[in-house]
Amino acid sequence: MSVLVFAENWEGKFKKSTFEAVSYAHAIAKQLSTGTVALAIGPVNEEDLKNLGKYGADKVISVRQEQLNNFDAQGFSSVIIQAAQKEAATVVVISYTYTGKNISGRVAAGMKAGLVAGTTALPSAISPFTVRKKCFSGKALTDVVVSSETKVLALTPNSFSVVSMEGSAIVESFDPKFKEGAFRTRVKEVKKNSDKVVLTEAELVVSAGRGMKGPENWGMIEDLANQLGAGLACSKPVADMDWRPHHEHVGQTGITIGPNLYVAIGISGAIQHLAGVSSSKVIVVINSDPEAPFFKAADYGVVGDAFEVVPRLIAAVKNFKAGHS
Amino acid sequence: MKFLVCISNVPDTTAKITFTEGKTLNSAGIQFIINPYDEIALTRALELKEAAGGGTVTVVHVGPSSVEPTIRKALAIGADDAVRINADPADAFFVASQIAEFARKNNFDLILTGRESIDYNSAQVAGMLGELLGLPSVCVVTKLDINGTEALLEREIDGGKEMLNCSLPFVLSAQKGMAEPRIPNMRGIMSARTKPLQVIEPVAVIPLTQSLKYDLPPAKQSCKMVAPDKMDELVGLLHSEAKVI
Ligand SMILES: Cc1cc2nc3c(=O)[nH]c(=O)nc-3n(C[C@H](O)[C@H](O)[C@H](O)COP(=O)(O)OP(=O)(O)OC[C@H]3O[C@@H](n4cnc5c(N)ncnc54)[C@H](O)[C@@H]3O)c2cc1C
Ligand SMILES: Nc1ncnc2c1ncn2[C@@H]1O[C@H](COP(=O)(O)O)[C@@H](O)[C@H]1O
Repeated sequence: MSVLVFAENWEGKFKKSTFEAVSYAHAIAKQLSTGTVALAIGPVNEEDLKNLGKYGADKVISVRQEQLNNFDAQGFSSVIIQAAQKEAATVVVISYTYTGKNISGRVAAGMKAGLVAGTTALPSAISPFTVRKKCFSGKALTDVVVSSETKVLALTPNSFSVVSMEGSAIVESFDPKFKEGAFRTRVKEVKKNSDKVVLTEAELVVSAGRGMKGPENWGMIEDLANQLGAGLACSKPVADMDWRPHHEHVGQTGITIGPNLYVAIGISGAIQHLAGVSSSKVIVVINSDPEAPFFKAADYGVVGDAFEVVPRLIAAVKNFKAGHS
Repeated sequence: MKFLVCISNVPDTTAKITFTEGKTLNSAGIQFIINPYDEIALTRALELKEAAGGGTVTVVHVGPSSVEPTIRKALAIGADDAVRINADPADAFFVASQIAEFARKNNFDLILTGRESIDYNSAQVAGMLGELLGLPSVCVVTKLDINGTEALLEREIDGGKEMLNCSLPFVLSAQKGMAEPRIPNMRGIMSARTKPLQVIEPVAVIPLTQSLKYDLPPAKQSCKMVAPDKMDELVGLLHSEAKVI
């Protein structure tokens, strides 16, 4: 028995969401009194592999095959299933990133394992195996009971805190086998967003809406984000009018995020917008209209003109940083 | 080209969600719609069929007869025919297994789902279908073009976009950007009434998960207001009280 966690990497480097997933897998392994095995696919250096021990991995299985250098859902899922069988895993943990969305369903179906996709917490019970997840676009939560022997849990990034401990994992290499024609997708090109902070991984997010009047006024929004080291987001109309790129659009039809801090500037707080940000731990709303619906979902509110408030907020953040460095 | 589009039936995005004794959704007063991402998938399939000057677009739904108005809407938008698999959509594995069984007998060139359903939000049916059918699957696809037996796709990845090729047949899940949903016109609505809607019985599949109960998220404590000229105070609160900076 074991808990297997897929340790996703990006160009050979583990992401924060990977450390969260390993920490989460380790916590479940403790609940089940078993060990934690991490699986890495691709060219990650030995040191980084061993370091997964610091997040609770007892062992790391490293798979390096040329045909796996580019992501292929079928190929990656097959590796995970083979590793789960080899390690007799009863729980498989995958980060619910874009990569995770591509593979968790495949892995679950391939193992006839029940899947909880987008969980944010540890199982509340082991028998029956019960895990909580959001549903109805964040408007409700549900407790899902998984009845199959093997379970797959896809963990929402930013929902579980990274745990650090002493330790170094044993690293083993593994050579999975593939059927002929198992890789039918071919990557042509990858276009990276130029953002300094990747929105889905950002701990702090600064977001602005139609209240900013036009794209020329985003300088102060970017400034605030830079000062905080935050990711940038926007409301749907802002992306639709091409004031901002589409990958910044959060909400029902855009990206779903759950940062520690979400600062919403000149956004009314429509239900479809809230669907994408309601899992933020702390929400600050800056809006000139005291009746803006967003205040009902906020922890801190400022009624005022963004054009006056934001520059003051930038100054206050600078002040704060000066006092804490 | 034979397209299969999987559609789910979900509460309208503005619907207020409540439950009876934490078990069943109160559907009174809720308008049910085609899941918005499924509508995008359907529209792109229709565009590609039209561009090719031939082919068929079939929609499939796993659900009870009460969902037929939503299926008719998909026919009004332009699907050629519809299949309803007569069972409660117990979980994503159950749904995917039913659709896979139907797809196995019908040789579709491309199977499309939505990125996720806005009620259950699991984003899993496409991957499961791929695995069950032994086909490639590509999720969260923002662009789709087909050239002969080869598809050119763009999908979202963490921090960017990826352009890729995949040979048919395969499964994908559609994200905004792939097409602009169409509003059915009068002719579409009229012809939808007479288009074939076949009802088939499910195969025996045991669901692997079950939603035990539903809760509403805890209400926010009342919002703490900070005066617009006291931004130092706000930063102080975010540091010492909220502990986020
Ligand atoms: C099916 C569907 C899906 C949707 N999906 C999404 C989605 O994913 N994401 C999304 O964001 N929306 C989505 N929407 C749209 C959503 O309903 C709202 O229309 C949208 O969120 C409004 O954007 P906004 O808040 O930027 O603009 P507005 O609603 O126009 O709000 C602007 C706000 O700025 C304030 N303001 C104006 N001037 C100032 C100033 N000087 N200083 C401070 N505040 C000021 C105003 O008081 C107002 O509250 C969706 C809608 C539908 C029907
Ligand atoms: N009951 C259903 N019948 C047919 N297709 C469905 C059903 N439920 C979900 N789907 C499809 O699967 C996609 C993903 O759903 P989900 O995994 O529930 O997020 C949806 O966008 C639909 O295309």
